[in-house]
Amino acid sequence: MSGPNEPLLEVRDLAVQFFTYQGTVRALEGVSLSVARGEIMGLVGETGCGKSVLARSVLRLIADPPGKITAGAIRFKGRDLLTLSRREMRRIRGNEISMIFQEPMSSLNPVFTVGSQMLEVVALHQAVGREEGRRICVEMLRQVKMPDAEQVLAKYPHELSGGMRQRVMIAMELSCRPDLLLADEPTTALDVTVQAQVLAILEGLTRQRGVAVLFISHDLGVIAQLCDRVAVMYAGGIIETAPAGAIFAAPRHPYTRGLLHAIPRIAARQESLAVIPGSVPSLVDPPPGCRFHPRCAERFFPCDRVVPPFYEPAPGHRVACHLHAGEEGRRSWERS
Amino acid sequence: MAGERIGAWGRGKRPLRINVFDEFRRQYAWQIRELGFMVRLLGRNPSAVAGFAIIAGMVAMALAAPVLAPFNPIQISLGDRLLPPGGAHWFGTDELGRDILTRVMYGARISLWIGVIVVVIAGGLGAVIGAVSGYLGRRFDDLIMRVMDVILSFPPLVLAMALAAALGPSLNNAILAVAFVMIPKFARMVRGEALAVKEKQFIAAARASGAGSLWIVWHHVLPNCLSSVIVLGTLILGETILIAASLSFIGLGAQPPTPEWGAMISVGRKFLMDQWWYATFPGVFILVTVIGFNIFGDALRDVLDPRIRR
Amino acid sequence: MRIVSYVLKRLAYLVPVLLGVTLLVFIISHAIPGDPARMMAGQKASREAVENLRRSMGLDRPLYEQYLRYLAGLVQGDLGFSIRNQRPVLEDMRDFFPATLELTLASMLLCVTVGVPLGILSAVRRNRPIDHLSRIFSVFGVSMPVFWLGLMLLLLFYRHLGWLPGSGRLDIGIDPPAFVTGIYLLDSLLAGSLGTFRNALAHILLPAFCLSYVYLAIITRIVRSSMIAVMGLDFITTARANGIAEIVIISKHCLKNALIPTVTITGLSIGELLGGAILTETIFNWPGMGKYVVDSVNFLDFPAIMGFTLVVSFAYVLINLAVDVVYAFLDPQIRY
Repeated sequence: MSGPNEPLLEVRDLAVQFFTYQGTVRALEGVSLSVARGEIMGLVGETGCGKSVLARSVLRLIADPPGKITAGAIRFKGRDLLTLSRREMRRIRGNEISMIFQEPMSSLNPVFTVGSQMLEVVALHQAVGREEGRRICVEMLRQVKMPDAEQVLAKYPHELSGGMRQRVMIAMELSCRPDLLLADEPTTALDVTVQAQVLAILEGLTRQRGVAVLFISHDLGVIAQLCDRVAVMYAGGIIETAPAGAIFAAPRHPYTRGLLHAIPRIAARQESLAVIPGSVPSLVDPPPGCRFHPRCAERFFPCDRVVPPFYEPAPGHRVACHLHAGEEGRRSWERS
Repeated sequence: MAGERIGAWGRGKRPLRINVFDEFRRQYAWQIRELGFMVRLLGRNPSAVAGFAIIAGMVAMALAAPVLAPFNPIQISLGDRLLPPGGAHWFGTDELGRDILTRVMYGARISLWIGVIVVVIAGGLGAVIGAVSGYLGRRFDDLIMRVMDVILSFPPLVLAMALAAALGPSLNNAILAVAFVMIPKFARMVRGEALAVKEKQFIAAARASGAGSLWIVWHHVLPNCLSSVIVLGTLILGETILIAASLSFIGLGAQPPTPEWGAMISVGRKFLMDQWWYATFPGVFILVTVIGFNIFGDALRDVLDPRIRR
Repeated sequence: MRIVSYVLKRLAYLVPVLLGVTLLVFIISHAIPGDPARMMAGQKASREAVENLRRSMGLDRPLYEQYLRYLAGLVQGDLGFSIRNQRPVLEDMRDFFPATLELTLASMLLCVTVGVPLGILSAVRRNRPIDHLSRIFSVFGVSMPVFWLGLMLLLLFYRHLGWLPGSGRLDIGIDPPAFVTGIYLLDSLLAGSLGTFRNALAHILLPAFCLSYVYLAIITRIVRSSMIAVMGLDFITTARANGIAEIVIISKHCLKNALIPTVTITGLSIGELLGGAILTETIFNWPGMGKYVVDSVNFLDFPAIMGFTLVVSFAYVLINLAVDVVYAFLDPQIRY
């Protein structure tokens, strides 16, 4: 079944669609991604490119209706999550795969205490008594460096600050020792200083416990600092995957390059920030061929006709762009 | 002098000869565009269309009653007493031989009139009270809002009943009683809006150029609350018709021989066991009319609520 | 502690409201009618009887003095004398109160046990047939003339089907159970007489349903809309992502949040129930305060009408106080 070299999570050719009054939104198409055990994988892209949809699909949290996973497979520890029963899926959620959301203000239930919410999750997935469960909760809160861990249990979410709430979320989501943590922009809503603290806690704990993380962000700085590998998404598809170092040193996809140029750098003393012209395409009626081609300065004849396959210009560096087709590929274009 | 200032602001600035319609269209361009947008949204909402159709049907029936109705609503014809539905009398006749269909059609005039006049009185007074209270704030606001709270501390029908009883049983007194009960609903809502409008810059600008409080309330605060008052009025119309009919039913509203729906049911009740049609048909019309106002009002609120709007 | 201070605050607020209620009732009964003494004495009283009454009631004194006297009387439980039967209005109220209490309690029980589940079902099955049905059901409810509904119920269940009795609390010939609470359904059980209980139950079904329908519609509506609002919030996704079963999410996480707005509206809408009781009791000949007041209206028995108005409004205000206390228990975010 699951060999030692097999990745912890492997998403293959995933497609998700939302059926709305405006038409069918093709939120994800042909998305493939893998996360190895203990690895921190970054997922970057603009707002609305499908990052969150991807993370939610892994836990099958897409609301149906209006959404639906229409194709593909999500293999986790050798099992296809899409074929599991609801009950089996629930046993995985929060236990083997957990998830942290962007809004710490609203991701905890306002009418229950922090303790009762944490305990509910612990008791659900672990055969422990009340006392033992409580001990686990306190221990987890200490691990996320929460002052007065005991007292925090009796508090309601509105009595805690945003950073503290996000730490509670981290504690809660790691309390069942999951193998994979999906972190959907967990620090975006926080102040910069708090952001750094929470990131440090998240990284420290997951590395120490060997938890793999799929870290979603639109903040390349955070990704660079944290991740082992990075996947770049654009308009519902992944366009480039590479080790973090490689993607920042030598980005291959024109979109990735544009994205990197759009970061303000103090050292570079740029006169003006580069901006990618045009705007994100509609996912109801996406452009044919490469979805980025209308905005791409380097497009050539196949771009508006053929969906680019993945090329591997360097080991472990995969990019979906016709520019990297090589001589043989170009010749095949000219033939057709 | 405050009075002079109001005068200067109210009239002095107007050009002498203007085309009233152009002026209106220019001044309220934004509102007119908004209205067009609203109408289009409502047209796409099936329950709004259904509600509007019911209301329009009832209004048409009320207006055309003298033409459409087959008989005279109050002419007694003892030979035709308590006839069951059928033949010439689709809804049957009452104990004095009057055609119930005719009376129901005339009843629409009374019920709709009650609804509209109550909403106009309560909406007008409530809006002014709320706007002044919210705009002036402080002690005055506190006092007014406590008074409104007291009125709201009575179940609506109970207070309307007590008032109508004190004023004496008649249709006009019932209208006054129901209007009084409805005032706080408008006052509270308009006050809330007035508090928001008060902070807007054009108010500060008006005040800076010397406009008096009442002038500002009249020219800035109230116009801004108008659309919400209309929505609330539509929603309350249904409730108003229900309360007024209930008052008539217990003998405090319209008096016989007025063909008011509630009063008809009140008399028809005595004949319920053997002449079912007497009390049944007026009630169906109350129900349908109120449903019309309720679903139209709900749809209107949804369309105006920016949170639901897409 | 938090709740105690909140309740104290609400109690303090109660005083001016109740005073205001008495003042308004006083104004209605003393200041509005052309001649209050004539009103109080009744239409048939002679001229000097009216004059005597005017003097004995102190109606020749200034209004504020009259109000203070009226207030002093109220504190001692003096609601005046009924014109119809020359008894103290308070005594009449006391006699008719249990029947009204029984009817309203039965209706509320019906509302909560049917309305809350129906609202939840409607929200969970949003835009499915059951939801459409329940919405039609509630539109009819809020638009229904209560007195007409009562007549239609009588026509169907009493006149045509003959399933249920059409008037009163018990069949003629059945003695009321020994007085304990005044609520026949309870008292008959306490007395151990099942026959009386069954008879009382048969009598209360139609009026209780008639009275509850409007209120039921309101509760169903508000439960539905607040459930829908809560189900879209982030913490529900968190709960799902933690593997909590859907039924627990709905019945615990959603419901407690949705109950907060529900409780407020519920309290305010009890006014509909109290107003509806007047009409329902009249239709079903239910010997409660509502029927009493309508009989008084037909007699223009002014002290009785005003006494009823005052008692019912006090009850309404107190019920809303109780509702606010429940609210404080439900919502930890309330600040006072």
